Amino acid sequence: MAQLDVRDAIRKGLLAGVIALGLSVIGMVEAFDQRDVITDVFSLGQLLLFAAPAVVGFLVVKGRDIRAYGPALISGALAGVFAAIPIFLLLMLTLIYPGLRAQLVNVSPTLIGILTFGSGQIVGGLLLTAVMGVLGLVGATTHVIPDRISDPLVLGVGWTLLIGVLSEVLLNILRPLLPRGVLRFLFGTKGITLVTAVILLVLITVGIAWWRAQGRERYQKRIAARSAVQVANARRTSLGAGLLLLLVLPFILGTYLTEVVDNVGLYVLMGLGLNIVVGFAGLLDLGYVAFFAIGAYMMGILTSQGDLGVGGISFWLALPICVATSTIAGIILGTPVLRMRGDYLAIVTLGFGEIIRVLATSDLLKPVIGGAQGILQIPKPEIFGFTILQPQHFYYVILASVFLALFISSRLRDSRLGRQWMSLREDEDVAEAMGIHLVKTKLLAFGIGAAFSGLAGAIFAARLSSIFPHSFNLLISINVLSLIIVGGMGSLPGVVVGALVLVGLPELLREFAEYRLLLYGALLIAMMLRKPDGLWPSPVRRRELKAEEQEKLMMQAEGLE
Amino acid sequence: MSQRFKDIDYIDLLLWLFRAVIIIIVIWGTVAKIFLGRGNAYTADDWIDFFVSGLSQGSLYALIALGYTLVYGVLFMINFAHGEFFMSGTMTATVFVALPLSASGFLDEHPIIGMLAIMLTAMLISIGVAVLTERVAYRPLRRAPRLVPLITAIGASFFWQYFFRGLYGSSLVPFPELAVLQGKYNLFGIEILKTRAVVVVASVVMLVGLYFFVMRTKTGKAIRAVAEDKDVAALMGIDVDRTIAITFATGAAMAGAAGVLYGLVFRQVHFFMGFVPGIKAFTAAVLGGIGSIPGAALGGLFLGVIEAVGPPLFLEGLGIPGGHQLKDVIAFTMLVLVLIFRPQGIIGERLAEKKA
Repeated sequence: MAQLDVRDAIRKGLLAGVIALGLSVIGMVEAFDQRDVITDVFSLGQLLLFAAPAVVGFLVVKGRDIRAYGPALISGALAGVFAAIPIFLLLMLTLIYPGLRAQLVNVSPTLIGILTFGSGQIVGGLLLTAVMGVLGLVGATTHVIPDRISDPLVLGVGWTLLIGVLSEVLLNILRPLLPRGVLRFLFGTKGITLVTAVILLVLITVGIAWWRAQGRERYQKRIAARSAVQVANARRTSLGAGLLLLLVLPFILGTYLTEVVDNVGLYVLMGLGLNIVVGFAGLLDLGYVAFFAIGAYMMGILTSQGDLGVGGISFWLALPICVATSTIAGIILGTPVLRMRGDYLAIVTLGFGEIIRVLATSDLLKPVIGGAQGILQIPKPEIFGFTILQPQHFYYVILASVFLALFISSRLRDSRLGRQWMSLREDEDVAEAMGIHLVKTKLLAFGIGAAFSGLAGAIFAARLSSIFPHSFNLLISINVLSLIIVGGMGSLPGVVVGALVLVGLPELLREFAEYRLLLYGALLIAMMLRKPDGLWPSPVRRRELKAEEQEKLMMQAEGLE
Repeated sequence: MSQRFKDIDYIDLLLWLFRAVIIIIVIWGTVAKIFLGRGNAYTADDWIDFFVSGLSQGSLYALIALGYTLVYGVLFMINFAHGEFFMSGTMTATVFVALPLSASGFLDEHPIIGMLAIMLTAMLISIGVAVLTERVAYRPLRRAPRLVPLITAIGASFFWQYFFRGLYGSSLVPFPELAVLQGKYNLFGIEILKTRAVVVVASVVMLVGLYFFVMRTKTGKAIRAVAEDKDVAALMGIDVDRTIAITFATGAAMAGAAGVLYGLVFRQVHFFMGFVPGIKAFTAAVLGGIGSIPGAALGGLFLGVIEAVGPPLFLEGLGIPGGHQLKDVIAFTMLVLVLIFRPQGIIGERLAEKKA
């Protein structure tokens, strides 16, 4: 039985406090305060701020096996109080030196108001310390009360908060379905109402508790008792339902959300392409945006009705040309880097991406692609006399492309070429010794990867009907790279999951916009440290990991004997 | 006969062609400029001005490049976040030290003490950011595959960029002007902007100092030992983790100092200022031969001069409009060329084909 470890609690508490202070001074707390989770009661900014003490209270006790009430609760509260100290010091500093905002632009009166509950630095600071101490205590309490009660409660709170955060999406979907009175009862001006929150909390907690206690067992029994035909039927039904849902999605979501989904789709396309290069073949390409740009510019030049358009051909005719151009560009840019490996390859491809961007902005190519002014008046695609105009219409074009890309990717993955790529990823020298033609294999990876990106670029150009060089900066390459790493390198469902999490979520929460790359950066580091194979690892990786674990276990077992 | 042709790798042929085309373009442009007088007409003073500005820019690249070279020397990893070490120290020193000192008039009364204070702050903050990054994002991954720390480095780079953007805002912050450094020095009849001269002199002093630190002190010896072989160094009683942290700190200190000099020359700082100089400095490090300190200095100066002289010389000669916009293209093309044809750089051992 472990005893109270004061130093550990203080250290972790201060660390959490520094993180909370960081979130405050870079303006995240204030920006997120704009969005209420529970109307007029609790905002996302406060959630961000108070997550630190609650989580640290939880972590201080976790894994230390403190079952005694006293030490657990004391260390939780202690960590919570110390988590408040960095912010308390900031408040005192603003009291002594009110001009701090000249240096730290985000230490605004509004932020001080949030941190002090609107009641002066000293009183508010003490109040904040007390609240954080209580939250640390609450975090620690989850370990003290039996799991049977605490688990459903924690999950219930989590889900309620999540629904509150995403309430805008829900409101958008439910608006046509429910009468206004009901909506006004459920949703406040921003976020859900307090009543809804309580109802949700109770429902979810009870539901989970019931599931834990009985439901799961019953469900598993029923699953186990199914016949083969039933299993096949169930799979077919769920597949059909999923497809149907994808087909009617734009009608459910409305214009704005469909636009978000369109964006996600374009990123999935690019992600699938980069996944071939990075995930399958292990060639870290940081200049991937170049092919996106080439696809988009090609579409612009071929179809634009403005001064720069040369072809004036239709979208559908231009599309294969764009894809082909990107493929060729991928092969051309791939040739000089064939001999390079790892980090050198990354830097050189980054250089290529920048060269293309600078060239696109420069006066040199201005007569062809318009320099900084870009290409305007790209017509919307037409099909059988019907103009694809709305995001809802583009949704189907993008959906079809994503399915095509998914199909090609999955076939490639299981093909001879796919296996060659993977052996290349594991060890280039061994792969070559096994008779794999390195040049051909690598160039195919670059070319096919570029093709997907060119397709995405072409659709992007037609969707926006004008393109500018600044839309094709390095950040797009980094976004795409982040999403395949977060999803799981080499995993096709991983790309979709990664795009939904990294592109979809931030667009739903517009307050994220400014902090998106900060979070990406932190997420990349965290993923590499904790879960290097991503949220949805590819089956091969999963098997490898399992094999490794078993080996470890066996070695441990041998060691014990 | 056919046997002889069989031995020629067509990729090699292609690469040779690529190299020949670039060389022909450069020579053609130069010839067209000098003998045909295409583009603007420049006087000898103009050319000296281009050259000196290239030298001062290049000495900044050299200082930043040291960080890449030192870290690559010990860890064989490209520290993608190095440009952010450069930015973080400079921005903090500008916002918290330089601007208040300048507003109170202290900076103009005691320019040397003021500049030293600014530089010291910048170096300390850069060191802090570097050591923290190393501790959190690199140290736990020492044994991981090589792509993994590179990805965390990219993550760290963006994290710091947007963290400092959150702290100090996204607008340009003006770096104070020093009254002492306005105007020009007259050196053997050549007029040189004072700031540029100061930048070159300060960089040379720091480069020499660093060279002696690495070559003559005990800590420097430990750094070289770790670069040679970590395991053996550990057996010799060297604390490897600590030495690696010191290496990061040394590189970051140089970057912080370079940042202040950058502020002197360009008179503004902002959160994105680390990215392009970072990549250019990496180019400089590779150009000189990554892992070598004199190489980084040489590569930096070379790159700076080429970038400054190149656009008026061969780009204008080719009749390319707005040549100065393309100076980044020159730098990146050089990077690609060096990595393809001479990965070991001007001086330095061959490392590029080491197992990834």
